[in-house]
Amino acid sequence: MVDSLPPAVETLGLGRRFGRRWALADVTLRVPRGVRVMVTGRNGSGKSTLLRVLATALRPDRGSARVAGHDVLTQRESVRRESALLGHSSGLYEALSALENLQVAARFLGTDEGPAALRERLGEYGLGARTEDPVSTFSAGMRKRLSLARTMMQPASVVFLDEPYGELDVEGFALVDGLLQRLRAEGRTVLMSTHLLERGRELCDDALALEQGRLVWTGKAADLPMPGAWSERQRGVA
Amino acid sequence: MSELMAAVRKDLLLQWRTRAQAVAVFVFGASALLLFSFASGPAAELLRSQAGGFLWLGLMLCSTLALADSFQSETEQHALEALLLLPASARALYYGKALANWLQLALLGVALVPMMVVLYDAGTTNVVALVGVILLGSAGLSAPGTLYAGMTAQTRARQTLLPLLLFPLVVPVLVSAVKATSLVLSGDPMGQAGGWASLLLAFDAIYWSLCGLLFPKVVEE
Repeated sequence: MVDSLPPAVETLGLGRRFGRRWALADVTLRVPRGVRVMVTGRNGSGKSTLLRVLATALRPDRGSARVAGHDVLTQRESVRRESALLGHSSGLYEALSALENLQVAARFLGTDEGPAALRERLGEYGLGARTEDPVSTFSAGMRKRLSLARTMMQPASVVFLDEPYGELDVEGFALVDGLLQRLRAEGRTVLMSTHLLERGRELCDDALALEQGRLVWTGKAADLPMPGAWSERQRGVA
Repeated sequence: MSELMAAVRKDLLLQWRTRAQAVAVFVFGASALLLFSFASGPAAELLRSQAGGFLWLGLMLCSTLALADSFQSETEQHALEALLLLPASARALYYGKALANWLQLALLGVALVPMMVVLYDAGTTNVVALVGVILLGSAGLSAPGTLYAGMTAQTRARQTLLPLLLFPLVVPVLVSAVKATSLVLSGDPMGQAGGWASLLLAFDAIYWSLCGLLFPKVVEE
């Protein structure tokens, strides 16, 4: 039954350029459903671009990609219903409070979560005492927590997390660890970009490494070598 | 329809939270009306005959500030993109913002009327007709203005680009609104104001439908 479902993510020769520079070049990969994948690579290697293309925030210039069986170019709406993206930008309205930001998202998602349920949700993300404060008064870590809370409201089968640990404190790290475990228990697929290799090896099933926009390593997360050992010859398809 | 309501609620809430900017825009508009009166000289009859034109010029200048502001909160943290990825309908987001901008511009126009009365001695007892013309004219500014504000929001020169793109497009709205307002203010013995108002309504219908169709192409990467 599970095998009849399309893979969570499937790309073929995927490429995206900014001006003359290819931020992503010829990326071919296949991610089965329910798997947690660590996406790693140096700064500027194309991690964020890959996640943004898969989440339909960017259009690819070359190749193709499917998320939960839907094409990212021709079935953008369907891809968006099946996926959620935690990006570098918070995606929040600075002038609104934490609660109001979640209320805006809840109304568009058509969920029946009222203010009480949303306050409880904010409490789970360590923002219970600041629900009515405008986001403009929040620290970077608090913004990240609120973005996480907002992303997790989406009933997505594939979740893209771009540097989820960035700006967070120790408690925040534990929060993200817990979220990853929860997502796995729910059978959701996660593609998470991170520089925290040890943490990624521990929490993810598979890993892929990018260098200058190219896929240079894929395999089991536990087997991921240190950055200097990634090379073209180790390249394969997960 | 529920997405449209969500978008309208979101934009009205954002406008309320950033109301200090709306006050600044009103002060700018009032200052523009004052400067127009200085530039025209002390001839009372001349001022009275040009009052409608000055009101709409003031409102047009204000509109570029208000419209650009309305997209600042959408772009500073990529909030609009986050809504699109939920996914929210780009068309609903457009109409929500255009409606909120229309309300803001109409209120601004109504708030500038007392300034016009005081500075140009151009009052009318037909307040309903004047408010009607302001509603129609501001609708004609907000629909293309919201589209162009969305288009220029990510550019560095947005404060320059927005009026450059918007002003040529809204010339028909400006002409119709000025004519209708002048007739309401100075009397309309030939019953021409209705014709100009109908023309405004026609432009509104065209702009609101066309811009709603084009907006998804503007905001989608």
